[in-house]
Amino acid sequence: MTLLAADSLRSPLVRLRGIGKRFGPVQVLRGVDLDIFGGEVLVLAGENGAGKSTLIKILGGVHTDFDGTIEIDGQVVRPRSPLEAAALGVAIIFQELSLVPTLTVADNIFLGRPLTRRGFVDDAGQRAAARRLLDQLGLDIDVDQRVEDLSIAQQQLTEVAKALARDARVIVMDEPTSALNAPEVEKLFGLIADLKARGCGIVYITHKMEEIERIADRIAVLRDGEHVGAAPAAELPPAKLVNWMVGREVEHQFPRHAGQPGAERLRLDGFSVWRNGRGNRPTVEGVSFSVHAGEILGVGGLQGSGASDLFGGLFGAYGAQVGGQAWLDSRPLAIASPRRAIDQGLAWLTNDRKATGLVLPLSIIANATLADLPRLSTAGWRRPPLEIAAAREQGATLALRAASLDMEVGLLSGGNQQKVALAKWLQTRPRLLLLDEPTRGIDIGAKREIYQLMNDLTARGLAILLITSELPELLALSDRLVVLHRGRLTAEFSRAEATPEKVLAAAMGRA
Amino acid sequence: MTPEQTGSAFSPARLWSNPASRALIALVLVFVLGCVFNADGAFFKLGTHRDTLRQASVFGILACGMTLVIISGGIDLAVGSVLALVAVAFSLMSIHWNWSPWVVLPLCLLLGAAAGGMAGGVTAWFGIQPFIATLAMMVFARGLAKTLSGGMKVSTAVKQADGNYHYVDVPAIFRFIDNRILGGHLSMVTVIFALCAAVAWVLLARHRWGRELYAIGGNEEAARLSGVSVAWTKLLAYAASGALAAVAGLCQAAQEQQGDPEAGVGYELTAIAMVVIGGTPLTGGRGGIGLTLLGTLTIGYLDKILSINAVPEASRLMLTGAIIVAAVLTQRRRRS
Repeated sequence: MTLLAADSLRSPLVRLRGIGKRFGPVQVLRGVDLDIFGGEVLVLAGENGAGKSTLIKILGGVHTDFDGTIEIDGQVVRPRSPLEAAALGVAIIFQELSLVPTLTVADNIFLGRPLTRRGFVDDAGQRAAARRLLDQLGLDIDVDQRVEDLSIAQQQLTEVAKALARDARVIVMDEPTSALNAPEVEKLFGLIADLKARGCGIVYITHKMEEIERIADRIAVLRDGEHVGAAPAAELPPAKLVNWMVGREVEHQFPRHAGQPGAERLRLDGFSVWRNGRGNRPTVEGVSFSVHAGEILGVGGLQGSGASDLFGGLFGAYGAQVGGQAWLDSRPLAIASPRRAIDQGLAWLTNDRKATGLVLPLSIIANATLADLPRLSTAGWRRPPLEIAAAREQGATLALRAASLDMEVGLLSGGNQQKVALAKWLQTRPRLLLLDEPTRGIDIGAKREIYQLMNDLTARGLAILLITSELPELLALSDRLVVLHRGRLTAEFSRAEATPEKVLAAAMGRA
Repeated sequence: MTPEQTGSAFSPARLWSNPASRALIALVLVFVLGCVFNADGAFFKLGTHRDTLRQASVFGILACGMTLVIISGGIDLAVGSVLALVAVAFSLMSIHWNWSPWVVLPLCLLLGAAAGGMAGGVTAWFGIQPFIATLAMMVFARGLAKTLSGGMKVSTAVKQADGNYHYVDVPAIFRFIDNRILGGHLSMVTVIFALCAAVAWVLLARHRWGRELYAIGGNEEAARLSGVSVAWTKLLAYAASGALAAVAGLCQAAQEQQGDPEAGVGYELTAIAMVVIGGTPLTGGRGGIGLTLLGTLTIGYLDKILSINAVPEASRLMLTGAIIVAAVLTQRRRRS
């Protein structure tokens, strides 16, 4: 992989060389080189799943099992924990903050390396030092307040202060503005400018084009776990950046056979979802589109687009916290609970089979029949022969490979686990299938089988809504596409119109 | 464990990987212990086994209800107090008020189920941790038992209007429950325990509700998104545990021939130990009644063997504590 000429006069604070990482059979990073310089903001760009998070977790000592080398100030290092990384001057500010909510700001800033006097924590000294630090940063935060009582923005700024208290020289921020409003974003950007002036190196991960244009000094692009290149921001206008981020042709792997779409299956009109309760900003706002029988409608969007919340909202996963109109087969869709949704013919394959899809300690049979138990039992009494037959039938449809249907699902491979999750939903005989990342973390063979399955299902008149963070997959499988950015629909494309560049630009808020 | 291994025939490794066989091995070890330290042959007498089973039965009934709750990922600390509450209510209604058992028995079961269901409802709808909700019910039910009984044991000595005590007969239903059958070789409470275990087993293994309990304990969110009504399913588990605690209360009252508001203190912990020693993990989603039966017998026999060998209670308690840790260590799931 060629490294674009970095400023050879300066030597980088951090030099990553040939970083590789695999999770089981999946290679997520391959030979990545990256330089981080002091006094500049490096934006790390790439689609979902390009390997950005994995890369910074390696730098931050979260993943310790990787290939390649890390040099800090010319010394080869290998942080084995976040604490070791912090001691080396690397601080990572994740989206899930690492503050202790019940402790005060001052306690959090000095957590793990307290100021002490005669073996006891020097509370007054800590508070004074914390106040000095926050003043230097121009932050108006009370050091005695508990972190849980702060706004998300203040928490994030506290996290930055904590990093600086440990003399961090490289600060990595992973989508820091996703929960911030405009004035708070300004505050953060002000702080970033300040950190730059102090000579810190900032690595900034974002999916928002306007932020990239505003704060990036240099941009490095990852794609499919490989380093595509790095260039000064001025040399990488949005169109070219998007081109670097996509630029991948795997279309021949997806044998999509679109049929003639049938009647309208689902229609949304001004549909909104308040995932976090009515008081907050809706995560899906005023979305309108329709999908027909036999059609695959792709829902594009990057992290924070609200696409998954759209599925959850339709499925009743957040109760009735939805607004606008939804019709299924020209009848109003009743949204109240998952059970109601299942009974009306909806099925939702969630994007995290281990957390929300499967009951890992239970058998394949128990999982495959879980959503259809009311139909498979008589007056509440289960009928094991019916369940076995159902599991066997779905297993055969999906080419499920397991020694026995009594096997615990937790012992299966990722691809077979995904097939069990699919089996559960096919068993409910759905009319509309919501697929959220159906091929995440599974091998190529299982992927192809799932593509083939989607062809077969649509040929039988099922309608599919598809979310996938792999753009080529989305483009190749979708008969039509809608794109969401921060909860709003920003574009709609026919299969012929859609190009990776157009979809990605719309997903980044540039319709 | 690889799929190939699960498909293979008998092997020691496979035997050891199965929680039921591990629980069985523990029970066999306890039996061997009994044969070695047989207290001059006392362990080989039929009566010893009858008494062991009789003494373990009340705990075993509680453990069956506890199993349902633990499989759903919860815990029920209230069962000992509910036992006392029902024992008091049962004695009051049967001895003092002379009500018919056909009325008294359903009322007692309902009382237990209501107490359990209330704790379960608080857990299910208000999101209060089961530990706290059932702890509250444990305290509340104990207080209610003392209120109903006036702080006294409800016995066959009934206070008359003139202030004197006069002894009444032990009610027939008490005698029936405390009876022995099969020529005196089997206690009725053991039969009741077996019935309770059978009902709990059938519900867990064959009813939709049982399957949904496992699903909730294994992954509550996945269960919810698969259409399981999590709140009601959980509530029913606590109600069932309360009803089984009521059955245990009936047995306890019949055996003591009185309703003691102080009865059952700490029984919930013994019941939990029986469930855990059997191999049902506190994390939920796994386990079953069969395992709990093995755990009940293991603790029951261990206690009996120690007592027939005249090991003092103080040492018995310390030994039991050590054995619980050892048993749970062997029951811990191996990383696959």
